[in-house]
Amino acid sequence: MTKTANMAATDSEAGDPLVGGDSVIRIECLHKFFGDNEVLCDINMQVKQKEVLCVIGPSGSGKSTLLRCIVFLEEYDRGRIYIEGKLLGFREAGGRLVRDSERNVSRCRRNVGMVFQQFNLWPHMTALGNVTEALVGVKRMPRAAANEIGSAVLTKVGLADKLDAYPSRLSGGQQQRVAIARALAMEPHVMLFDEPTSALDPELVGEVLQVMKQLANEGMTMVVVTHEMGFAAEVADRVIFMDFGQIVEEGTAADIFRVAQSSRLKQFLDTWRARNTNLPE
Amino acid sequence: MSFDFNLYVQYGPTLMAGLGFTVYVCALAALIGIVVGMVVAILQGLPVPPLRWVCRGYIEVIRGTPILVQLFIIYYGGPSFGLVLDAETVGIWGLGIYCGAYFAEVFRAGFESVPKGQTEAARLVGLSSARIIFRIKLPQMLILIIPPSINTLIMTIKESAILSIITVPEITKMTIQMVNETYAVFEPYIALAFLYWVIIEIVSRVGRAVEARISYL
Repeated sequence: MTKTANMAATDSEAGDPLVGGDSVIRIECLHKFFGDNEVLCDINMQVKQKEVLCVIGPSGSGKSTLLRCIVFLEEYDRGRIYIEGKLLGFREAGGRLVRDSERNVSRCRRNVGMVFQQFNLWPHMTALGNVTEALVGVKRMPRAAANEIGSAVLTKVGLADKLDAYPSRLSGGQQQRVAIARALAMEPHVMLFDEPTSALDPELVGEVLQVMKQLANEGMTMVVVTHEMGFAAEVADRVIFMDFGQIVEEGTAADIFRVAQSSRLKQFLDTWRARNTNLPE
Repeated sequence: MSFDFNLYVQYGPTLMAGLGFTVYVCALAALIGIVVGMVVAILQGLPVPPLRWVCRGYIEVIRGTPILVQLFIIYYGGPSFGLVLDAETVGIWGLGIYCGAYFAEVFRAGFESVPKGQTEAARLVGLSSARIIFRIKLPQMLILIIPPSINTLIMTIKESAILSIITVPEITKMTIQMVNETYAVFEPYIALAFLYWVIIEIVSRVGRAVEARISYL
């Protein structure tokens, strides 16, 4: 089962990347296997500019894998992913698809920022250091200019007084905000969030969601995998519900949360409501 | 039983020359070993199967055979495939390549100790592989790899005694020469053990001092 055999370029939009409007991310017939296990099955979706898309679903439904495929941290097995019209991870070579070079992959995803559940900050650098590392190392900015941008972005997420703090001295919510600032500093066109608040205790979740809400209001295109239904209901333009690697239902936030069509989604939301409103007296 | 200190007066210069040569050989071999080890550890981490295979082969063959055998092959066997080198060169490079295999494993463990998520975040924000190694991985690895590196260094210093067998004029060879000429056994070997201990103790202390200095947490 070679990659090239499965990815013979027979699908329709091979020559026209911008069919479907100004989609920032377009995914066609995506499949991903871990060994024999099909973790993503025929995913088709788009994310338009300024759209906030929330992906909800039970653990193991493939939500994180989907996000990781979008940034090519996982190599997808079948289908295509387009970032701003450009095919990600592969290139056409004589009618077939061949794995692209690391350089091209980096270039393709350079306008995508990602925030992880575990923050993934670099512990030996300060908050400002984390945020400016790529500005200096990738954009080749002089240190002073990078520090200025870094301070501005950290101020924006509410951490103006923590520029010189090391991650070990910051709370989880603060660390995640540094992580958001680090991604924002590179001026991405779309931000992906992989369960950004799942590792935070309830009191700190709010400050991170606040930053994300602000970003959404400012028009950032966002894809958020989350269990925070309140956030999704309030901020999302569209919601996708996934289960067992497939998109089971999708629609506007209103559709999904008030008029759930499929029984699986109803079951999922009922469980969530039951768990989140039963506080002991 | 008497302890003849006069022997030390007589052979002092010889032993000191040997000591100097041991330090010289070990320093160069360690340098070679650290550079080779680091290069191999980095190459081994790249997603290029042929490279990983070669690096693994180097490590397993060199670690899997005694240094004495390796030195014999190069020094005595070399001429039969056109490689004629003097004892000093064979000694330094042989020891260097030998300890390089050990350093490679120490450094590989260091690289792998950095959580994968940090590397993923670095790649996504655009950092090059070189920057990831030098700015993200090495600074965090350093504190971790110092104790095993000092261990490997100490092992190298002790293995350097084997070089005496292929006539490299380091301290062990000078001591054996002293034994042959004076028929004394106790005084020379006690002095030899003591001199090795002094070198190693210095290295050990420097290692601990470096550890103390780079603790940043």
